[in-house]
Amino acid sequence: MTLDFSTLLPYADVILEGLVTTLWLTVVTTAAGITLAILVAYARDGSPTGSRRIVSRLLGGYVEVTRNTPFIVQLFFLYFGLPALGVPISATVAALLAMILNLGAYTAEILRAGIDSTLTGQHEAARALGLSRLQSFRHVVLVPAFSRVYPSLISQCIIVMLGSAVVSQISVFDLTYAANFIQSRNFRGFEVYLVVTLIYLLLAVGLRLAFEFVGRRLFAFRQGGSA
Amino acid sequence: MFAFAKNRFSRQLVLALCCTVAAGLAAVSAQASDLETIEQRGTLRVAVPQDFPPFGSVGTDLQPQGYDIDMAHYLADQMDVDLKLVTVTSANRIPFLQTDKVDLVISSLGKNPERAAVIDFTDAYAPFFLGVFGTPEADAIDDASGLSGKTIGVTRGSVEDMELSDLAPSDTTIQRFEDNATTISAFLSGQVSYIATGNVVAAQIAERNTERAPTMVFQIKNSPCYIGLAQDNGALKARVNALIEQAKQDGTLESMSQQWFHTALPDDLSS
Repeated sequence: MTLDFSTLLPYADVILEGLVTTLWLTVVTTAAGITLAILVAYARDGSPTGSRRIVSRLLGGYVEVTRNTPFIVQLFFLYFGLPALGVPISATVAALLAMILNLGAYTAEILRAGIDSTLTGQHEAARALGLSRLQSFRHVVLVPAFSRVYPSLISQCIIVMLGSAVVSQISVFDLTYAANFIQSRNFRGFEVYLVVTLIYLLLAVGLRLAFEFVGRRLFAFRQGGSA
Repeated sequence: MFAFAKNRFSRQLVLALCCTVAAGLAAVSAQASDLETIEQRGTLRVAVPQDFPPFGSVGTDLQPQGYDIDMAHYLADQMDVDLKLVTVTSANRIPFLQTDKVDLVISSLGKNPERAAVIDFTDAYAPFFLGVFGTPEADAIDDASGLSGKTIGVTRGSVEDMELSDLAPSDTTIQRFEDNATTISAFLSGQVSYIATGNVVAAQIAERNTERAPTMVFQIKNSPCYIGLAQDNGALKARVNALIEQAKQDGTLESMSQQWFHTALPDDLSS
């Protein structure tokens, strides 16, 4: 068998369309997923009482269900299950929702690890100095926790980006869908998947570099202080 | 002692070879039964499938059932002979005919030049096509241009995917799924109102989900089934063709199509 990459040329726009979809899915998921995770972490922070306790328990349930079921099953549940329950949902929205919920749950756990490693004394000192719960969470708990778990966070976002390949199963036109589509047309599986593998690799490396760049800005205080 | 054994072995070998050659010759020279032979014998031998619903499968009573089996019964009844069903696989249905083990092959047989070189075909008797199917309440569409602006599900890389990709207008959203099961799920869950698939697959969906039974919108590729018979068997072919025509006229094929495919018999059976 000889490799013939010229057979891919007519499909350049297909690959481009898939790449664009994968990229924006990743960007939106990263932003929304981390936001969701922060909200979950805030709601579950400390030892909540009363109605906050119920919310905290519910969120704990969401995190456990999401982290202990396969992503593709979550995706199928949203895409095939919701319309059956009378909630129409498009393939793209289902994919986005599944990815955000998935990243949110994993990141919430990663953040919790960071928050748990923050000394309770710091938290208490902040409250004693007159900071509100939100202020103390934001400045004293969240930012140091973030900086501590930042490497794990980067990895998790890359895992979600790579995991987005699964959304091709419900006909979302992402990079993997593009590869499968081309392969079903020109039967040049090896060439197509080689190219797409390289694109995913570049995306992952690019994403990591971008995160590290942002991290250096966000957590500049650590470089001088604790490093 | 040794010489005797060797001798006996050689004789057995020669005998075995002779038997093989004779069997081979007998197979080659097997004369197909013509119409007269069948009527004298009083039995019509028909090869039918048992693993390809709704054409032929084994029912809960362990008896073969399906469109092909009904067709075989119809022919035998009309010819006033007994029916002997011989279940075959798709690989051995033509050899069964060539070696005169059966008189007819009614086994969802499509026509192609390779087959036409070794056996003969009657007229088409059963619908086998790729088409666009919709929900009962979906908008009626006459042809591919009617798909403009619509969303349609199809299994990626299938023949219907290729045909549909050529036919559909550019503003049609074609959602391609990994396999038949996912495409069917998308249709049944309401994600798509139209799918492109084979009439056999559509019949299977209709069998299990009567409230969302796919109804035929238009055909995209037609390759109906023919009854296979031995070559140079003109009288039998003429008789079967006449009976197929009769079955079309008296509504037998229509009711068989309704029963097994849950859809009307297409107007044009021949490709």
